[in-house]
Amino acid sequence: MSQVCTGSSGAGGVRRSMGHLSDRTTMLTCAVLVSAAVLVVGLNLLPSDHALHVGDATVSLLGKYFCYMLLALAVDLIWGYLGILSLGHGAFFALGGYAMGLYLNAQGTNIDGWQAWLGHFPLMALAVVLAPGLLALVFGWLAFRSRVTGVYFSIITQAMTFALMLAFNRNEMGVGGSTGLTRFSELLGMPLNSHAMTVALFVASVLAVLLAFVICRMMTTSRLGRVCIATRDAEARTRFLGYRVEHVKLAVFVVSAVMAGIAGALYVPQVGIINPGSFAPLFSIEVVVWVALGGRATLFGALIGALVVNWLKTVLTTEMPDAWLFMLGGLFVVVTMALPQGIAGLAASMRRQKGGAVHE
Amino acid sequence: MSETLNRLRDMARPDRVFDFMVPDRSPVDVRHGPILYMEDVTVSFDGFRAIDRLNLTIDDGELRCIIGPNGAGKTTMMDIITGKTRPDSGQVWFGSRHNLLRLSEPEVASLGIGRKFQKPTVFEALTVFENLELAMAGDRRVWATFMARLDHEGRARLDEVLETIGLEAERDRRSGVLSHGQKQWLEIGMLLMQRPRLLLIDEPVAGMTEQEMHRTANLLNRLAGQQSVVVVEHDMGFVRSIARHVTVLHQGSVLAEGSMDAVAADSRVREVYLGAEEERHA
Amino acid sequence: MSRRAIRDLWRAGIVLVLVMMVPVMMALPGVVHAGDQISDEQARTLLEGLDASGFEAKGEAVERVAASTASQRERWLQALLEGRLARERRGDHFYIITDDGGREWPIIDAITLEDVGTGSRRTINTITINNTLRTQIEGALAAMSLTAGDVKARLAAARALVGTVDAISVARVEDTLAEEESLAVREQLETALALHRVQQGDVDALETLRGHLDTRVRNTLVPLAEGDGELASEARGVLAGIERKREWHQRVQTLFFGLSAGSILVLAAIGLAITFGVMGVINMAHGELIMLGAYSAWWLQQLLPGQPGLALILAIPFGFLVAAAFGIAIERSVIRFLKGRPLETLLATFGVSLILQQLVRTVFSPLNRAVASPEWLRGSWQVTEALSISYSRLAVLIFCLVVFAALWAVMRFTRLGLEVRAVTQNRDMARAMGVRAARVDMLTFGLGAGVAGLAGVALSQITNVGPNLGQNYIVDSFLVVVFGGVGNLWGTLVAGMTLGVLNQVLQPWVGAVLAKIVVLVGVILFIQKRPQGLFPPRGRVS
Repeated sequence: MSQVCTGSSGAGGVRRSMGHLSDRTTMLTCAVLVSAAVLVVGLNLLPSDHALHVGDATVSLLGKYFCYMLLALAVDLIWGYLGILSLGHGAFFALGGYAMGLYLNAQGTNIDGWQAWLGHFPLMALAVVLAPGLLALVFGWLAFRSRVTGVYFSIITQAMTFALMLAFNRNEMGVGGSTGLTRFSELLGMPLNSHAMTVALFVASVLAVLLAFVICRMMTTSRLGRVCIATRDAEARTRFLGYRVEHVKLAVFVVSAVMAGIAGALYVPQVGIINPGSFAPLFSIEVVVWVALGGRATLFGALIGALVVNWLKTVLTTEMPDAWLFMLGGLFVVVTMALPQGIAGLAASMRRQKGGAVHE
Repeated sequence: MSETLNRLRDMARPDRVFDFMVPDRSPVDVRHGPILYMEDVTVSFDGFRAIDRLNLTIDDGELRCIIGPNGAGKTTMMDIITGKTRPDSGQVWFGSRHNLLRLSEPEVASLGIGRKFQKPTVFEALTVFENLELAMAGDRRVWATFMARLDHEGRARLDEVLETIGLEAERDRRSGVLSHGQKQWLEIGMLLMQRPRLLLIDEPVAGMTEQEMHRTANLLNRLAGQQSVVVVEHDMGFVRSIARHVTVLHQGSVLAEGSMDAVAADSRVREVYLGAEEERHA
Repeated sequence: MSRRAIRDLWRAGIVLVLVMMVPVMMALPGVVHAGDQISDEQARTLLEGLDASGFEAKGEAVERVAASTASQRERWLQALLEGRLARERRGDHFYIITDDGGREWPIIDAITLEDVGTGSRRTINTITINNTLRTQIEGALAAMSLTAGDVKARLAAARALVGTVDAISVARVEDTLAEEESLAVREQLETALALHRVQQGDVDALETLRGHLDTRVRNTLVPLAEGDGELASEARGVLAGIERKREWHQRVQTLFFGLSAGSILVLAAIGLAITFGVMGVINMAHGELIMLGAYSAWWLQQLLPGQPGLALILAIPFGFLVAAAFGIAIERSVIRFLKGRPLETLLATFGVSLILQQLVRTVFSPLNRAVASPEWLRGSWQVTEALSISYSRLAVLIFCLVVFAALWAVMRFTRLGLEVRAVTQNRDMARAMGVRAARVDMLTFGLGAGVAGLAGVALSQITNVGPNLGQNYIVDSFLVVVFGGVGNLWGTLVAGMTLGVLNQVLQPWVGAVLAKIVVLVGVILFIQKRPQGLFPPRGRVS
């Protein structure tokens, strides 16, 4: 009888039953992301009277979309692969955003006390990671340890972000009350509204999405990813196999929260404001519909969903503002009832029908 | 009463989760005889004696069938062995060194006692291969799981189990699309990946076709020898096809023990079980 | 929807509504009274006295007016007090200005009280008074009310006397006290007198003031308690007693506020306790069903202008039906297709909630609407000086308890309730026994939605009605249900009341917002500790 291997010491190559396909997905997604970024930056460099010129405002808008895509990735990681529906991811996004907002606020002004500390870039970067990360760690530790799952978890995450919204609305918090933080001037010594800064922030957002996508991909295709799926589908059985389900959940939850925080930090300088509205339960739940529309547990679906819904939102809220909420509400209903696998699932089934090569 | 107590005890330890139950080799000492030894075990629920002075011995490598009418105490017996239920009195030993009554469920599991419940549960979204991979012994911590790569030995072990359970052809199929019988075998395979010394299998052929039943019988026969296997089953034909040694439980204690033919000839057994069975069939 | 289904829902609705009508059927008629008449000539003489030059002369005139039997004397003195009694510049007509905003004032004749057009600074002269006179007029007005027939008016007058009794009026007050029959009025008068005597240095009079909660008593005693002497030390003792009693009463007040705030939570959550707790359906549109109930109340009030009471009473069944109809529509069109997929249900119903919000915004308006309260819900019941209970809050508390009782009765005693409990416990078994589970689902959901509508009707009396009304309650409602223990109506009641009281108790220490945050965090932590809530459901067979 052969010896039992311990996974980490194994020197064997990467085995994949779905091997080449998953790698193709990664490469394709990365290629699309990079070429989109190059295209946007290239078009931005064209003279401003050129027909294909993309203005700075559009670059900022696209940068914002990329931040939302990062947030959607974070939600898909925890919801798609672990089946944990967090209705409070906006809180992590907003915490990252506030850390950045406080940093920007402290630039070129004399602010005393704890806020002055955030005026240093490394400390801000630390806060962007730690604030959402620690909140997720404590919250998740409490929740997963006592096996709060399913709808209950969703409800208490919603309560969490609601409580934070109330807290950040208070002027006594010293973070701008209900108006939030705004009127930022510069970042790393460069004016925020400068052309170079706009492009730099856009590129940073794209790179963040790229990096996060690769990390998520690594996680979900590793054995850990399969443990996540096992947990999602049969939690008790996974526990019975000896996996510490709550540790897995906690780890993924924290990673997801940190991703959301970074998304928020990149979002703030491009939009120029952060206010308690980001803590609103509505925003968090909106993120979920991006992922649902794009397709759960596919990662690239989350990217598509975030892009499509936010583009629709931009168009509709300017063209016919009344229609937007009807549209969003309708999306929720239609996606959950008619498109449970989202756009990604639709595409997959169409491809299968076309190719005729059904493996199952 | 004791169940309530157990539940209370469980609640008092919220952090206690089924811990890593997979050592490389279970340190079970079988030099001095049986692998499982139950003596004078009694347990009652609300005054009802589910198990009444039960004595049972399973030898190393043996394949044993346990039969008995409904309410004979078969499931309760398994619960006691796996640490789910605590008996009121009696002794339960695993090998000659481990007192099972002192151990919790995950501890029992980590000693090498695997249990398969009646209803098959496999991870339907994962392939057969991935199901077995997850069940494989190894470091279960988060980072280790993230970094885990399958080495040659692991792959060999996996292929070996795949062959044992006869699912080589289904290796890369999603387990959700397997037939009921195949899921049962896959689950047995998952237990085997953990290298148990003793397998407890609850009604493995319920809901199976004749053909699947036949294959299951072969599988269990092959397992015996390497592991000790205890099968609880209702289906007489199936029991007859695998059993070398049969134990009949009745009202919580052993009514008869021996070869299938000898047991079937026992008049008391005919009266309480087989007779009733035949009458039903008549 | 089958005929039997409709009948059952009607029955459930009627039971609910009938039981709830009872406390609402209370309206108090007003009391009118009149005095003896005097001639116009006498009246004019009295008024001319008020316009005398010199405040001393005016003061004497005030006494004459007060002593007269003129039916208009109160109007005159009141107008004089407010600087709205005027005399024609060229002539001897007296007027009362009814509205002194702007340049042209609408005026009425002071004697006939008839409308005589408008006047301005050029045509009429207002009669001026000084502070001494003001105090005198106030006293006179109070004394006048003291002898008026109505107990209510006398009580108000007596209350006004506390702290204003002086050497001149003391005799009059003593006379009135001797003749007064009403105990409540006597008590006020005695307090007023005792306060006066204490100010004069009478230690024994302090006894009467022991435990008296009137702020004027306290304000008078505080300076007296400073310094030495028997009076001061006695006064300190009395003050300490008053403080203790006041604190105790304030605690009762806080408890009441908490219970009424809690009853709003319970009302908002109780429908969820049925749909979520009993059926296991996550309905994120619950808040919007509450909103629809509130809009029903508002809409009925637009249909019945000037009759807020009737509109409110009609709104109870109407709001129930509107919300129930919407609820059933949601159940039929969305929820039933998502059975067994709670997270999807949550998302889909959230979409429905957005659509309903926008629908209301488009059909009505994005602005908040105020719903008027009927006469009998305004004002408050002054139990003691430190404890007042507003009728609207009291009504919400009673309404909540009645709705709860009715709902409990529906679940306990009707066929629908029996079937709901059967389906909850074992769906397959219930179906096997002939319960049509799909129909039960629909009706249960309709019932839960209808109760949400009732909550909306109640909320319309507490706050403004707007498209976002529901959103403010959805997080709280879910927390209440989870906190109380899913599937348990009593748990919801206890949880809602507990959270309401907790919030009120915390508020004075940390402020309203922080109190809410603390409560939210507390519940989140509690759920971690006991995921099953306060009252965990008993082992369910499945």
